[in-house]
Amino acid sequence: MILDSKVPDGPLAEKWEGYRFNMKLVAPTNKRKFKIIVIGTGLAGASAAATLGELGYNVDVFTYHDSPRRAHSIAAQGGINAAKNYRGDGDSIFRLFYDTIKGGDYRSREANVYRLAEVSNEIIDQCTAQGVPFAREYGGLLDNRSFGGVQVSRTFYARGQTGQQLLLGSYQALARQVGIGTVKLHTRAEMLEVVLKDGRAVGVVVRDLATGEITTHSAHAVVLATGGYSNAYYLSTNAMACNGTAIWRAYRKGAYFANAAFTQIHPTCIPASDEFQSKLTLMSESLRNDGRIWVPEKAEDPRPAAGIPESERDYYLERRYPAFGNLVPRDVASRAAKQQMDHNKGVGPLHNGVYLDFRDSIERLGRDVIETRYSNLFEMYERITDENPYEVPMRIYPAPHYTMGGLWVDYELMTTVPGLYAIGEANFSDHGANRLGASALMQGLADGYFVLPYTVGNYLAKYLNTDPVSSEDPVFKDAEREVNDRLSMFMGIKGSRSVDWFHRELGMILIEYCGMTRNRPGLEKALSEIPALREEFYKDVRILGDSETLNQSLEKAGRVADFFELAELMCRDALNREESCGGHFREEHQTEDGEAQRRDDEFAYAAAWEWTGADSEPTLNKEQLVFENVELTTRSYK
Amino acid sequence: MNVTLKVWRQEGPSTPGGFVTYDASDISHEMSFLEMLDTVNEQLVAAGEVPIEFDHDCREGICGTCGLMIDGIPHGPQRSTATCQLHMRKFRDGDVITIEPWRALGFPIVRDLVVDRSAFDRIIEAGGYITVPTGSAPDANLVPVPKDASEAAMDAAACIGCGACVAVCPNGAAQLFTAAKIAHLNLLPQGQAERWARTVNMVDTMEEFFGACSNIGECTSACPKDISLDFIALMNRDYASGKVKQRRLTGQH
Ligand SMILES: Cc1cc2nc3c(=O)[nH]c(=O)nc-3n(C[C@H](O)[C@H](O)[C@H](O)COP(=O)(O)OP(=O)(O)OC[C@H]3O[C@@H](n4cnc5c(N)ncnc54)[C@H](O)[C@@H]3O)c2cc1C
Ligand code: FES
Repeated sequence: MILDSKVPDGPLAEKWEGYRFNMKLVAPTNKRKFKIIVIGTGLAGASAAATLGELGYNVDVFTYHDSPRRAHSIAAQGGINAAKNYRGDGDSIFRLFYDTIKGGDYRSREANVYRLAEVSNEIIDQCTAQGVPFAREYGGLLDNRSFGGVQVSRTFYARGQTGQQLLLGSYQALARQVGIGTVKLHTRAEMLEVVLKDGRAVGVVVRDLATGEITTHSAHAVVLATGGYSNAYYLSTNAMACNGTAIWRAYRKGAYFANAAFTQIHPTCIPASDEFQSKLTLMSESLRNDGRIWVPEKAEDPRPAAGIPESERDYYLERRYPAFGNLVPRDVASRAAKQQMDHNKGVGPLHNGVYLDFRDSIERLGRDVIETRYSNLFEMYERITDENPYEVPMRIYPAPHYTMGGLWVDYELMTTVPGLYAIGEANFSDHGANRLGASALMQGLADGYFVLPYTVGNYLAKYLNTDPVSSEDPVFKDAEREVNDRLSMFMGIKGSRSVDWFHRELGMILIEYCGMTRNRPGLEKALSEIPALREEFYKDVRILGDSETLNQSLEKAGRVADFFELAELMCRDALNREESCGGHFREEHQTEDGEAQRRDDEFAYAAAWEWTGADSEPTLNKEQLVFENVELTTRSYK
Repeated sequence: MNVTLKVWRQEGPSTPGGFVTYDASDISHEMSFLEMLDTVNEQLVAAGEVPIEFDHDCREGICGTCGLMIDGIPHGPQRSTATCQLHMRKFRDGDVITIEPWRALGFPIVRDLVVDRSAFDRIIEAGGYITVPTGSAPDANLVPVPKDASEAAMDAAACIGCGACVAVCPNGAAQLFTAAKIAHLNLLPQGQAERWARTVNMVDTMEEFFGACSNIGECTSACPKDISLDFIALMNRDYASGKVKQRRLTGQH
């Protein structure tokens, strides 16, 4: 199939306006005749559901959480970007666009990224009006900070709780619509299947997690806002329940999955403390402004940090990247840390970290300055590690954090299945091979507030005065039966090992072979080990209890089963992409001094994979990326 | 270390529950409390027993999903700390630890340690928002907000909606949660237009689900985010004003 990205004609800066002028509209009185299902209530889902409700559509929104406010978006700390240029430091829509394209190592679609930069300002206006308490200056105007990989100050923030406050804003807008009755909210409700009729998305199958009841829901369009899949790695900074089931089920129904191998490993996380570690905690990237990263020069140095003299410390980022030093982008910092580990220079009881040392900044600026900047982070660190970072250097290590890959979508955010949309981290759209800090929140809200609510009308207009497919239709009955069969299959295995055991094993394979660096033999190995483990899973997983009540093991079983298949696609995609770009580093493709080597002639495309069945390999479809407004350069931070 | 757990087990909302004792052996000090429970669950699965259900998600103290009554204290012995941030180093070898769900009329039990807190959503739906249809907002810097007001609003907005305040309250009252949300919005210039209606509607809805406040003040000490009792005073004041103003505005002196 030829992928049509539906990018409108015209100059970059006029595309979105032109699109909005030319698209088909649904008249206000007709909107209530359309039913739209939104899965997910993170920033993307809550903002979309609220806006669609305001516009007058009939919306059903589902989340597996007990409240929309608990979505993983709540954990974002650092901030959200916008091209407001409130600092007067030369920022502009074009600069935000340019930084995002470059930061993504030239693997995203120009038109989408430009639109993202364009609506970024409206997001800040919208959120401020909703009462999001962004940080302010003494004059009462909004404050900004800067983030890695850029040279302007464009990040808006609310203490270290930006995601929480933005999510509360969209959750409240959603709650208003629920109160009014335009949106129906379903909590503890997990979507387990997308339903298609004649190739179009017409509804979903949902399990009530508290009672086990399976229900079907039909609509004119279905929107997936179900977040990323970093938890395929088992240990990640994502919330425990984050999973890829919704997008994976959609993929198996015909939606293409793009750039599965593009994952982001965040450099500043607290290293695992033992084998029971259940997740990893992110420490804000902002710490790299004042902390210096180092390891002992000697491998396997047993001395504590304080016992290692200055001359025997290797400040490897400052040494290798004098221009950016400790502030190199995430992918570069993470890989450099891994190299230290590979040379047995890891620190801490498990030798699984590098130091992030505040000694010099405390000396230079005074402890109180460091305290005002980072006290909440220092506290969090101490709570987890029982070490006081004012006195001993922090230990950090990279952890899976974000997935740039996701369902392939066109300019309208529609997947290759008509009527099925993907927004937020669930799609592959805007970040190419590497996402810049503070840009995920921006994208989620751009999609949900300002893009999807328009573009969906262009599709719906065709179906005016047609009812949604009846949920009595055989397509729904069949889908419901499939879901029930799958659940009974899991319950029936009665093996000997827990779901978590399998998940941990999968995570270890994936991080080893498809983590910070990848190579052909490793990926091939993963592609034989993962299916073997999966087979074992279907024979030996043990799920106790029953399926008619709350049963978290059963929930996890379905998610882990899908992670197995998704992990395979990640490796396959990584194997196919014979280049290094952004978070995807193929060891075979590096410069003499170990930097990533892109191959634009062959790989300036988005790899959109198409499911062809359980027993055959997926087909690769390519969306060639055309760059008309930026010149492709090599990222250099030396 | 080894500890003994007395855990509340209950199969469903309407089945009777009771305490079951489990040995948690070989627990590392480094583990978080929830990782300790994960380990116990692994052992239960290995032994063919149904694992303990408990709610959790972010494990960073921000989503508000976790919430256990640990030895009678919501979120356990460490102050300003959600259950997921509590570590086993706060306990000693040989301790006997009692673990229960939140107990309150407003929070029916779903299973084991999991409760239904959706009444909180109902309170927000009744008015916990500022009405701004998407796209209708003015430039963000058009209305300066005094830094103090914005900081105070942020203090209130830090509430994670976990329900510890309700769980600790002998009356099962939800004043602290509701007040935090009301204060967040009522303290900001953007929140003034709906101030009175918001307060009255949210408080009235709260009273449908939760008990009455008798100013005991336990709620604030149980709060993992240290939400201040002052917000309750603000809510009560605005509620009184709201009742009067609403009547006037609708012409029923
Ligand atoms: C620790 C951390 C810090 C971060 N900090 C920043 C930052 O400072 N700035 C920034 O820009 N980005 C940050 N990010 C990234 C950003 O938070 C996420 O990319 C973004 O919030 C994703 O939003 P979302 O709406 O797409 O998905 P999510 O917030 O993950 O929401 C997914 C929703 O889908 C629901 N769901 C999923 N599957 C199903 C299903 N099958 N059935 C029913 N419901 C389902 C869930 O219940 C949830 O409501 C951070 C990420 C992490 C992990
Ligand atoms: S699990 Fe999120 S606050 Fe504890």
